[in-house]
Amino acid sequence: MKEALEQIRTQALSAIAQAENSRAVEDIKVKFLGKKGELTSFLKQMGKLSAEERPVIGQLANQIRSELEQAIAAAQQQLKEKQLQEQIQAETLDVTMPGRKFDLGKKHPLTLVMDEIKEIFLGMGFDVVDGPEVELDYYNFEALNIPKNHPARDTQDTFYITENTLLRTQTSPVQIRTMEQRKPPIRVISPGRVYRSDALDATHSPVFHQIEGLVVDKNITMSDLKGTLELFIKKLYGEDSVVRFRPHHFPFTEPSAETDVMCFACHGKGCRLCKGEGWIEILGAGMVHPKVLENCGIDPEEYSGFAFGMGLERVVMRRFGIDDIRLFFENDKRFLEQF
Amino acid sequence: MNLSMKWLKDYVDIAPDAKDFSEKMTMSGSKVEGWETEGAEIKNVVVGKVLSVVPHQNSDHLVVCQVEVGQDAPVQIVTGASNVVPGAMVPVALDGSTLPGGVKIKKGKLRGEVSNGMMCSLGELGLTQGDFPYAIEDGIFLLEEECVPGQDIKEVLGLDDTSVEFEITSNRPDCLSVLGLAREAAATYHVPLKWNPPVVKGSGDNIENYLKVKVDAPDLCPRYMARVVKNVKIGPSPRWMRERLRASGVRPINNLVDITNYVMLELGQPLHAFDLRYIEGNSITVRRAREAETIVTLDGVERTLNPNMLVISDTAKAVAVAGVMGGEYSGIMEDTQTVVFESACFNGPSVRLTAKALGMRTDASARYEKGLRSESCPESLERMCQLVEELGCGEVVDGVIDVDNADHTPDTVKLEVEWINKFLGIDLSREEMVNTLESLGFALEGDTIIAPYYRIDIHHKADIAEEVARIYGYDKIPTSVMSGIARGEVTPYQQFERTLGQTMLSLGCSEIMTYSFISPKYYDNINLPADHPLRGSVVISNPLGEDTSIMRTTTLPSMMETLARNYNNRNPWFWCYEIGREYHPVEGQPLPDERKQLTIGLYGNEADFYTVKGMAQTLLDVLRIREVEFLPCTDHPTFHAGRCAVLEKDGVQIGILGEVCPKVLGNYRIGVRVYLAKLDCAALYAAQKEEMIYHPLPKYPASTRDLSLVCDNALPIAQVEKAIRAGAGKILEKLELFDVYRGDQVGKDQKSVSYSLVLRKADGTLTDQDCDNAVAKALKKLEEIGVSLRQ
Repeated sequence: MKEALEQIRTQALSAIAQAENSRAVEDIKVKFLGKKGELTSFLKQMGKLSAEERPVIGQLANQIRSELEQAIAAAQQQLKEKQLQEQIQAETLDVTMPGRKFDLGKKHPLTLVMDEIKEIFLGMGFDVVDGPEVELDYYNFEALNIPKNHPARDTQDTFYITENTLLRTQTSPVQIRTMEQRKPPIRVISPGRVYRSDALDATHSPVFHQIEGLVVDKNITMSDLKGTLELFIKKLYGEDSVVRFRPHHFPFTEPSAETDVMCFACHGKGCRLCKGEGWIEILGAGMVHPKVLENCGIDPEEYSGFAFGMGLERVVMRRFGIDDIRLFFENDKRFLEQF
Repeated sequence: MNLSMKWLKDYVDIAPDAKDFSEKMTMSGSKVEGWETEGAEIKNVVVGKVLSVVPHQNSDHLVVCQVEVGQDAPVQIVTGASNVVPGAMVPVALDGSTLPGGVKIKKGKLRGEVSNGMMCSLGELGLTQGDFPYAIEDGIFLLEEECVPGQDIKEVLGLDDTSVEFEITSNRPDCLSVLGLAREAAATYHVPLKWNPPVVKGSGDNIENYLKVKVDAPDLCPRYMARVVKNVKIGPSPRWMRERLRASGVRPINNLVDITNYVMLELGQPLHAFDLRYIEGNSITVRRAREAETIVTLDGVERTLNPNMLVISDTAKAVAVAGVMGGEYSGIMEDTQTVVFESACFNGPSVRLTAKALGMRTDASARYEKGLRSESCPESLERMCQLVEELGCGEVVDGVIDVDNADHTPDTVKLEVEWINKFLGIDLSREEMVNTLESLGFALEGDTIIAPYYRIDIHHKADIAEEVARIYGYDKIPTSVMSGIARGEVTPYQQFERTLGQTMLSLGCSEIMTYSFISPKYYDNINLPADHPLRGSVVISNPLGEDTSIMRTTTLPSMMETLARNYNNRNPWFWCYEIGREYHPVEGQPLPDERKQLTIGLYGNEADFYTVKGMAQTLLDVLRIREVEFLPCTDHPTFHAGRCAVLEKDGVQIGILGEVCPKVLGNYRIGVRVYLAKLDCAALYAAQKEEMIYHPLPKYPASTRDLSLVCDNALPIAQVEKAIRAGAGKILEKLELFDVYRGDQVGKDQKSVSYSLVLRKADGTLTDQDCDNAVAKALKKLEEIGVSLRQ
């Protein structure tokens, strides 16, 4: 009996070891362990055994059954593994082949940087306001302390529609419109298109973008102007930016300042980027002229404020190393795709 | 404004290098644009003494010279110049020297003879005859200066001045002068200004014997002053004057003209010198020009004047356009004997308009425009006469003509120390502020600050704050963080525009930016009829050119231009969008209505009508704008009449889209089909009413039924869908068109359309009966519009 059992065991194990696929293993399982399988049949004959032999053989048979079950499970596991390996092998791709192309649109580089600047000011508590591009002379000049025949009008070559309407030469008229509509405290920026009759060349465009800022509140000082703009420039150009404020003249601010940042390329030594000056002009700023506040019905004895303005194109050109302003408005796909 | 550092040092005791000077002046408010040291490009050029000159054996026009240049032995130099003689002192550019314009001189052989350098002409040294009147232009510069062989030529010729270029802002015309900048430098460096008012000795006689002056237009000429110089000796001015003029960028001419230029540069007051011979009647009248009066100005051009312009005239004719330019025949000549010096104050805006109208902005007009004060007239006039006496080039006749109608009330501002400190965020004492102001020429009477006459920009305490701040130093003002409340809000509209942009980017369109002005021809290009209302644009009165002469009333041509450019640049496809404005004139309003449009343009990359429509639908879906109808549009001149739809929401048109008319494509020379959409941002924003609400995920399974239908080919699909939706009712969750067929299998003029219907109940499982009922009702509705089930 015992020998017969051992023989079944040997046969079964050898068959399992030789099985080449899970189907074959399944067949072996049926052949030996199934309802009509060899081991099962063998166990059915247990009744013929003596009382002494029965537990011994029974134990052996169970032991073999368990052993075979384990062997079958292991074999199946192993074959599954092998099958998986084969599948993976068969499905191997050339991962160096190009991926599927998704044609997402690209933001215009001017918008890219404009959005960044807006985000910085939003974070500093500024609202974003808008105004018309075809503007009244009053808002573009008169209310900003630039009366007719003021020499400052010559430096801003203006496109006129009629004697009293024009294409705004600066975003500053939005200052006036804002002050007419809102009462202090005011903290706004106003980005947008401006127009000057400069012939189009690599560095001039008759249309370009400015970002204007205005703060009016009680106790606003020139220190606040410096602090705010320095913070802005550091956020835009990095914490290690060196900022300088120097006197300048704008008819609508007093005192007025130009704000420079130390040249990123030469760190103040003077190079091609900064035209030898060591500094790059970033924005114009100043304390809002008391007359301008008065023009908007704000009492300059009670309130003070500061305003600033910057051109967008030059900032973007320096950021990306673009050497021709015309590219912005030509909209060639090959240009736009680079951003 | 170019400032000679040598000249500056006459008035301030400072000796900074150009870099330090530039930085300090810039930081105190006079922006330095750069500086240039004269003769910086001239290196290794020395004085040479010509020892011998012999003809070149192999050349008719060359000579071989032995020149002593301060070295052990003379050097040999070959030249083609004919004015070199033994004993002459000449500038010699030695081997390895450089000259202005980046010219490098090396030794070489000329027709077999060694030449160890070059003898220089005036021009080769960057000079003109104005600088050294005794020299000739076309030949070697034969030096008459004190010099020895080997001496550096720059030292001999005085080419060692540094010229600093300033950018002077329009509020500071006083800084367009050496004295003005000297005053700024004195305040910046905290040193006193050295300036003595000019004194004229005079020579007897009386100006009344020579000249009468009458001012007929005191509004345009608040002050007119004149003096007369007789027995004038015209000749070159002295070298120091020529050098300073040169460093200031002015060409020396002769002593009298140089004096007017010198004093204008020094004091900022434009001045003029007339030859008395040509002043008919010895009488000057300052008057408005007569209608169509003409004058030939110094530049030889005949100018036609009008009564808005002011002229200086004699009894017969205009001799100068006041403050702009003199007349051709009244200027100083070689044989001039008696000179009238004019120092006058003209109305700035009037000079500006005159100069502009005549198209001749001169140095004088540029100064008058900025607003000069009448108080600067006497000092400049006296200074000219003082120089005439110093240079010995004439006798100054006693007496001064001064027609003075000017207001001499000075500008005053109250000194408010506390306010200034608070405004700037600093803490200075009254004394510190007063010192600063006094150093800039302000006077104080109690708390009243009296501005010096030359400062035209002082009217308000904020102006005083600026004076204090800039001399104290902007860099010393502390930085602070603003206190107070701030919101920093993105408005719902701004959020909407962001969503528009983001969606277009995700749909594969790149953002473009186009000019807001266009040419009227662009309307022809997009096929607008001649009488189309959109042709009524806002017109720019002074455009750069026709291409940028009107403000667009439609963004379509800008988009077409962009697509055409990309097509021409051989970009195989391009999908793009712009959020930009249109400018629609409004009857009775000075300003147009500026309407923002989302414009989409596509060509290539398999774009077709349904691509651009799908984009619009996706956009509407993202914005949660429902129930927008796409209606066929057959009459838009830019679009293909069979492939264009307008978008309507509640009966209001919010946009248009479709394929571009082949004729328009021809106008732009585009060889592929182009698809456009234009949606009105404000209308889209207004239509965007639906709140974002969560709908529970379905709990019960859905059933799908497919319907193949046959209908008239001309029946719009939208009507079929409408019927199915109406019939199937609310259990119809989704309706999808999956096939459209035209051909042999269906009748002529018919089409087969196949839909997949997804049906689901929110509150229970659908039965087959439910589905059958819904389909039956849908078919009934379809029957009403002539659609039947395909057999």
